[in-house]
Amino acid sequence: MQYYHISHLHQLESEAIYIIREVAARFERPVMLFSGGKDSIVMTHLAFKAFYPARIPFPLLHIDTGHNFPETLEFRDNLAKELGVNLEVRYVQDSINKGKAVEEKGTNASRNLLQITTLLDALEELKVDAAMGGARRDEEKARAKERFFSHRDEFGQWDPKNQRPELWNLFNSRRHSGEHFRVFPLSNWTELDIWQYIAIEKIKMPSLYFSHNRDCVKRDNMILAYSEHLNLRESEKHEMMRVRFRTIGDMTCTGAVLSPAKTIDDIILEVAASRITERGGRADDKRSDTAMEDRKKSGYF
Amino acid sequence: MNTQFNKDSYLSMELLRFTTAGSVDDGKSTLIGRLLLDCKAIFEDQLEAVEATSKRRGFDHLDLSLVTDGLKAEREQGITIDVAYRYFATPKRKFIIADTPGHIQYTRNMITGASTANLAIILVDARKGVVEQTNRHSFIASLLGIPHVVVCINKMDLVDYNQDVFEQIVSEYKKLSSKLDVKDVQFIPISALKGDNVVERSENMEWYQGSSLLYQLEHVHITGDENHIDCRFPVQYVIRPQQDKFHDYRGYAGRIASGIFKPGDKVKILPSGFTSEITSIGLFEQGEFRELQEAFSPQSVSITLDTDLDISRGDMIVRENNIPNIGQDIEMMICWLNEKKLVPGGKYALKHTTKEARCVIKEVRYRVDINTFHRDEINKEIGMNDIGRVLIRTTVPLFYDSYRKNRTTGSLILIDEATNETVGAGIII
Repeated sequence: MQYYHISHLHQLESEAIYIIREVAARFERPVMLFSGGKDSIVMTHLAFKAFYPARIPFPLLHIDTGHNFPETLEFRDNLAKELGVNLEVRYVQDSINKGKAVEEKGTNASRNLLQITTLLDALEELKVDAAMGGARRDEEKARAKERFFSHRDEFGQWDPKNQRPELWNLFNSRRHSGEHFRVFPLSNWTELDIWQYIAIEKIKMPSLYFSHNRDCVKRDNMILAYSEHLNLRESEKHEMMRVRFRTIGDMTCTGAVLSPAKTIDDIILEVAASRITERGGRADDKRSDTAMEDRKKSGYF
Repeated sequence: MNTQFNKDSYLSMELLRFTTAGSVDDGKSTLIGRLLLDCKAIFEDQLEAVEATSKRRGFDHLDLSLVTDGLKAEREQGITIDVAYRYFATPKRKFIIADTPGHIQYTRNMITGASTANLAIILVDARKGVVEQTNRHSFIASLLGIPHVVVCINKMDLVDYNQDVFEQIVSEYKKLSSKLDVKDVQFIPISALKGDNVVERSENMEWYQGSSLLYQLEHVHITGDENHIDCRFPVQYVIRPQQDKFHDYRGYAGRIASGIFKPGDKVKILPSGFTSEITSIGLFEQGEFRELQEAFSPQSVSITLDTDLDISRGDMIVRENNIPNIGQDIEMMICWLNEKKLVPGGKYALKHTTKEARCVIKEVRYRVDINTFHRDEINKEIGMNDIGRVLIRTTVPLFYDSYRKNRTTGSLILIDEATNETVGAGIII
């Protein structure tokens, strides 16, 4: 008898596709949040698969902090064109100009928190009832308890103590008007799963993830890309380093790692052997022990 | 532990979902911490944070439970209040742990964690033996149809690794499990704190001839857990590309609930009863659309048929000679998940496979005491964390199987129409 069995990657793929289709079937105006990072690229790839040969039946939404790597924006635009999917971009700078968000000051200034305002405004403007995100439960301890279908109240807030139980693959998508859902199709994936999947599916990735020479600044055990958006402290200087990024977000708070990994296979070996979590390089999580939980409650990704 | 992966190995790696239920003092967090630590799934920066917090609280040992307690309220109170999911991998398998609190007031969390598990770890304290909580966890594992149970008799170091203690607990447990429907039960004497028989076989218990817990997790046979006999394909979404190139394409997208589908299969569509033939089963893979020779659960695919029929979400594609039950009066066990009690005669929204409907609770037959398995037919009130047997009537016919045969077509959830909360989990008899 034949051995009917699918590998762990195909199980995760099948689960994610099921969830993405569920969202398309049960919500009026879903969007898929796109950050330019590997998780959102994989999620977009899965959405393409889920509806092929039809086009992805919802737009991608990118919240642009204005501090993005130029490579990210170019990659984003090409990807949207290639997949034939609508791309909506909303700018943190617009929220600042309207006086809805206030720029942080000092050397550690980041627009990371400011994104919440722009994101919630965009969801309201586009009348979004479900926003899919590429967050994974293994990334951070507050995310370990996140549901696949995560309910948000009319202020976009997450109430971790009052989450709906989620049994089998039966997702409750009922909501009152004004409320919305965040949906996380990649909940059960780990960083290693993401890279292994990228390898078997031959998914194109931005050059930032591969080893390259870059002008960087060392700060508090982190390596940050030097750019006009980064305010240097007196003792700091920038220098060329051989680095790659494990996560890609706002330039001012995404840490690079020294790495010679040039190919996806190199990266898989590096990730498998790594002893530091990928968010270990994110200054935004280092603000306090519950930084992620606090941001999530107020409507973060 | 070898953490080197190569392409061949990760394409043949299997996924095992397991659940652990336990209370504050039975060593559950220590066991999970031990598995994660020894399989190198705890990273340096996480470990440093745990070390710092343990020190700050004045503990003289590493408190591994801090790794698994995520939310602020939980860390403040030192308890787990919700299901937390943990991940680790060995070169053989990737593991998803649904880590649930074991106290009776968290029965609903245990049920949630158990609903998708292939295996349950039940912890028994070697000094205490089988207790009420063991009954409860075993009942839930049985009710939720978890195919494999591993009973870990923990804290063996505190009973001098005594074989008699172990054997005594094994025979007590067998007495208990004979009243339940669990097919595959294994027993392992362990010490989560000291690491005996968790990852490596223990040298302290030469009398134990079995394998370590991790070996068991890596090797338990799970391919037989899926139902590959009864073909059930709940239609989730209809793909109709509005493009000239695919003008006539009409694909039925969904995740196969059970059975094996092949092109050329004669199929029946429910509820219409029309028959048709599968022309293709497609999956987009590695940059191209591939037609599969066969597809089986739990694959997500899209299916095309040779006749143009009116099929929509909530319909089900099955084989002509093997159809599910079709009906509106459904007997089931219900696990209640909400503070608002179940209302006999009350109406609820319902979700079953990809179908949404409404139902009324026609009758409550009995409530089960999950500590003693006693059926209470007098006090039949079903509140939060209670389990009982009910009869419901649905607004439209459901296409269902018994949960024992099919975990996907045999399960449903009830939703309160006013609050939109998920209030009940139904297990069809």
